[in-house]
Parts: sequence; structure tokens; C-alpha cells
Amino acid sequence: MPKKIGAALLSAVIPGLGQFYNRQWLKGLVFLLVGSAGIYFIVYDLTGYLRGLITLGEFPSRMVKVGKLTRMVEGDHSIFMMIDGLIALLALLFYTAFHVLNIRDAFLVGAARDGRWTIHSFGESLRHMGRRNFAYLVLAIPFVAVVFLTILPLIFSVFLAFTNYADPILPPAHLVDWVGFGNFKKMISLDVWSSTFGGVLTWTLIWAVIATVTTYIGGVLIAVLIHQPRVRCKKLWRTLLIVPFAIPNMISLLVMRNMFNNQFGPINSYLRAVGLDGVAWLTDPFWAKVTVILANMWIGIPVTMILAFGVLTTIPRDMYEAAEVDGAGAFYKFRMVTLPMVLFATAPILIMQFAGNINSFNVIYLMTNGEPVNPNYQYAGHTDLLVTWLYKLALNQSQYSFASVIGIVIFLMVATFSIWSYRRTRSYKEEDMIA
Amino acid sequence: MKPKLTEAIKTIESHLLLIVLSFISLFPAFWIIMSSFKTGNSLFSDSLIPKHFTFIHYKELFEQTKYLIWFMNTLKVAVLSTLLGTFLLLLTSYAISRYRFKGRKATLTVLLVLQMFPGFMAMIAVYVLLNTLGLLNSHWALVLVYSSGAIITNVFVAKGFFDTIPKSLEDAARMDGASHMKVFLSIMIPLSKPMLTYASLMIFNGCFVDFIFADLVLRTEETRTLAVGLFRMVNQSNSTEFTLFAAGAVLVALPVTLLFIFLQRFLVDGLTAGASKG
Repeated sequence: MPKKIGAALLSAVIPGLGQFYNRQWLKGLVFLLVGSAGIYFIVYDLTGYLRGLITLGEFPSRMVKVGKLTRMVEGDHSIFMMIDGLIALLALLFYTAFHVLNIRDAFLVGAARDGRWTIHSFGESLRHMGRRNFAYLVLAIPFVAVVFLTILPLIFSVFLAFTNYADPILPPAHLVDWVGFGNFKKMISLDVWSSTFGGVLTWTLIWAVIATVTTYIGGVLIAVLIHQPRVRCKKLWRTLLIVPFAIPNMISLLVMRNMFNNQFGPINSYLRAVGLDGVAWLTDPFWAKVTVILANMWIGIPVTMILAFGVLTTIPRDMYEAAEVDGAGAFYKFRMVTLPMVLFATAPILIMQFAGNINSFNVIYLMTNGEPVNPNYQYAGHTDLLVTWLYKLALNQSQYSFASVIGIVIFLMVATFSIWSYRRTRSYKEEDMIA
Repeated sequence: MKPKLTEAIKTIESHLLLIVLSFISLFPAFWIIMSSFKTGNSLFSDSLIPKHFTFIHYKELFEQTKYLIWFMNTLKVAVLSTLLGTFLLLLTSYAISRYRFKGRKATLTVLLVLQMFPGFMAMIAVYVLLNTLGLLNSHWALVLVYSSGAIITNVFVAKGFFDTIPKSLEDAARMDGASHMKVFLSIMIPLSKPMLTYASLMIFNGCFVDFIFADLVLRTEETRTLAVGLFRMVNQSNSTEFTLFAAGAVLVALPVTLLFIFLQRFLVDGLTAGASKG
């Protein structure tokens, strides 16, 4: 039997054996140690964790009579079992990868021995790894961080959408169960949920369109205004108008909420001072929507302005001169030269901003907190976006499973727009050429 | 009308418009600064500029609230997250930009997808996770979450930046026998200063103003950060302490705002770089 097959087989049975067979003692020892730890874990812990993930617990907390006393006996905690199960699943995945690598290594070294090539010493192997797989080494730490702090929680949240983890079914008093697509069905067919879902979804889309268009047009117009040759102190104006972008938006939004206060806010007092009635900025459903859009314009216009500035400086002067020769007026020049150039350069951002606006949590949460309350809605108000509704459902109402369903819906929406725009960018196409 | 006159009118028009716009742009900031110097504690005032200027709210802020502790907490979390986050970001974006390895395309796709999930959809899970690890109410939890989040939000901008550094620079160094590590440390890092400034500023600022996640993790008044403290101040007491909030807001916003305006150039570059990648 060729040495490569033998070594691979030995390593497949017990990690490290193939390396011993190849007379790589130190490497074999490392593999053996990692491997046996992994196998120990699989044999003793893994099945329990995976079982927990599937059943989500079998015994709820209950009162048990011990002699004359009744005692509370702690039952299974479905949510902890789910997380443990997920981590175990990930660990199994890592172990499988390690095991495959171990077999592959034994096979390759075995093959080298069959061909009577020299074998690397342990030190050489390490150096070789540092040279050939530098990218993997560098990526290892960020990889672990992202897997445990971002990916794992996200998978967990996605899983929640398929359980009945919602008030009143809260562990440890109750056990959570898998319900498949039940929550999705409820969201569509159950009246209390579907009317809220439809209403909030519609407003979210309207909001995203208006918020994107207003900030975009506003930003481009202001940039063009400052860019005119006749305007003096361009830098000063630019700096003054960039201020809203620089102030942390958590603060400016809280400030704006007070400015728009119906009774005491300065905006209404000025309106009253000139003899107009104040507007119910934050308490009337329609005006509340107007208010959040205005606040969003104030925050968002500077961003587009900065981007548009970048584009405007790249438009060659002779294009305008050519237009002037043809007798074009200011507006005509703007329409035929400026706008197409700016649109062309910023179109991908427009779509990204639209996708981003679907998730404008801060603007809504800090300005109106979704209010005014809509009595026809399930835990949502007139200005609530899907994303703020999700937040309320999860953190105020403990409706975790429904919150997760909405999270998935938001993701599907945002992903569609982002992927669509990403595929249109130059860098993606260039990427393809490299790969 | 003479063309010269129309030109002059147009110039005046443009400048008037800019004055109005600047006024709108600066008004909230101006109003909150003025409010912070106002006597009393209410939102209501009949004039924009207070009749009597007072520093009492700033004094109260330090004497009656835990503002100083919150400030130190925020600084601690922000500095640590910025250091760790920038480091992780640098590693990730460099490897993705410069090396062609198996699974690179998949990594890019995963990072793109992760960007699209609503940020706090994972929050409940992180909360449970931190709870099991006993990390609730700890600043380290925030640091870990912020810095790993920083990778995802900034990796495309950073990668885009590395892509623009010509490959010939490294090749030359490699010819002279420099190792991967050496190339990374002595060529790539010095060249990426503008990007590093941009990214670390974004991370720092993110930690400074995040209140949703911080509010969830930090359970006691002593561990709160500024954003959480201020948010609670204006949220729970229903604006009865408005001027106190105003003073607190000014103290938080002023340094950040000045820093942003000062570093405008980097921000603009970063924003445009981020934009062209889509």
C-alpha cells in the first residue's frame, strides 16, 4: 500500500496517527492533542447539545413535592439550550474542517514520501504556513470575532422566527417549541398582525422613497448653488452647511424633538408670534410624518452635498462653455450637463441610501418613538418603520419570534436593493476580472 | 435690464439663499447652546438669546449627575473599541484586498450580507450570549461588540482604499527580501494613514453616540455611557430637566463636531471612496 493512502487512513481514524506514521512527531502530537480534545467533546457533550437544539427542552420549571415541602425545580431553559446547541454545531463544523485538514496533510506528506521527496521539519512547516497561508493567519482573529459576535447571533435570531418564543411563552417558566413557518403565516393571515404589517410596510417604503429623494435633491441643489462661479467664500458656506453632518445625530435628533414640541418648542412659538396657529408637529399622524422627513432632510442633505461636491469638481469646464456657445441658459446647463453627470456618478449611492433609509432607526426612535399611537395597530404607531416596530416587539413586548420574522423581511428587502446596486458598480465588475 | 445688473442680482440672490440655508443648518445647534445658558429648567423661553447667562447647568451637571463618570466610561469604551476595531479592520481589509485565497469571494459576499441585516436584530441574541458569559453590565462587552461590528461596517471602504495602493510597491519590497509581515507593517500601514484616520474616527464616533445597545447592556448608573445617560435624562423626566440636558448635549457634541469639521477632508475622501465601491 502506498504511504499516502496508509497515512490518510490512519489520520482519518485518529488525528495525528498518520503524521506519526510519516515520522512527523511534533506535528503528530499537536494534531493528536487537538483531535482527541475534539473527539472527547463529540462523544461526551455534542449529542446532548444537539438534542437540546432539536427538542428545545423537555421539562419546564415546576413545583415538586419533596417530603412535606413543595420546591421549585428548575426545568430546561429553551433559549440557553438553543444557543448552546448552535455553538456546539459551530464547534462541530470547525472540528470537521480540522479533521479534513489533518487527513489532507497526512496524505500529502505520505505522497511526498512515496515520491522520496524530503519532508519538512516542524519548524519548516510553520514557516511554510506563514508564507503560503498568510492571508488565513491574518484573518483568523477577525474571523473568530465576526463568527461569535455577529454571525452566531444572527443565526440565532433567524432561528427564533421559527419558534413560538413570544410573550407569554417565555423561559424558564415555559418551554419554547419549533413552529416552522407558523409565525410567517400568522403575520399574513391573522388580522391583528397583517393589518399592522401591511400598514407599517407601506409607510416604510414611502418613507424610504421620500427620505432618499428629498435628501438627494436637496444635497445636489445646494452643492450646485455653492459651486456657482459667482459665489464667494465657498469654503465657508460648505463648512457651515456641513455642521448637521458633524453633530452626533443622537443629540441633534433629541434636540429637534424638543424644537418641534407642540406647546413649548421654538418653532411653534415663532409661528404663534407671527399670528399663525402652531402645528401639531409630533402628535398629529400626518404632521408627525412630515416632521420626521424634515428632520431627516436636515441630517441627510449634507452627506449628498459632500458627494455631489466631489462630482462637480470633476466636470470639465469646457462642457459648460460648449453649452454656452449653443446659447444655453443657467437652468438648461444644469439640466443638460450638471444633472446627468451627477446622476451618473451617484446612482449606485442613491440605491444604497434607499436601502439604508429602510433602516433609519434613530430618526424615528428619537424624534417620535413611532408615535402617535395607532389604535388599529398591534404595538405600533403611525410613524413606526419596520425596524422600530421590530425593536418595540422584541424589547418592550417580548414578542421575539415576530420580531425575528420582521427582521427577515427587512433583510430580504434591503438585500434585494443592495445586491442589485452592488452588481452595477464598477468595482464589482473589476473584481470579476481579477478572480 | 443690463446683463451686468442681472448678474449682480443673481449673485445677491444666491448669497441670500445661502444665508437662509446656513441659518437653518445652524439653528438647532445655536438653540441648544443658548438653552444651556438659560436660567430655569424648562424648554419654554420667549427669546432665543437668554436675558441672563448662567453656567449653573454646567455646574449642576458635574455636581448632581454622574456626568464625569459617564464621560470616563465613554472615553474608555470608545478608545478601546477604536484601537481594537481599527486593528481588526486593518487585518481583514488588507488580507481581502491583497491576497487571493480560497474562499475570498465567499468572505466578501458574507460581509456584504451581514451589512444588510438590521443591526440590532442580533441584539437579543448578543444579550442572551453576554448573559450566559456573565458579561452583562460590563464595558468589555461593548468593546467586543463595537470592534467586531466595526469590521463589518467599514471593511469595504478600507478594502477599496488598499486596492488603490499600487502593487508594485510591495513587489519591490519583496524583491529586496521583505516578509509578508514586514511589507504589511512598514509599507502598507504608513500608506494607509488617511483611511485609518477615517475608519478610527467613524468607530470612535459610533461608540460615542450609540445608545441602543449600550442601554441594553449597561444596567447601573455607574456604568452608563454619555449617550445612555443623556438619553435617559431627556427621555424619562419628560423634559423637566431640559436645560441640564442642553448643557450635557453641548459638552458631548462640541468636541465631536469640532473634530469632524477639523478632519473634514479625510471624511470627504472616505465618503467618496466608500461611494465609488457602491
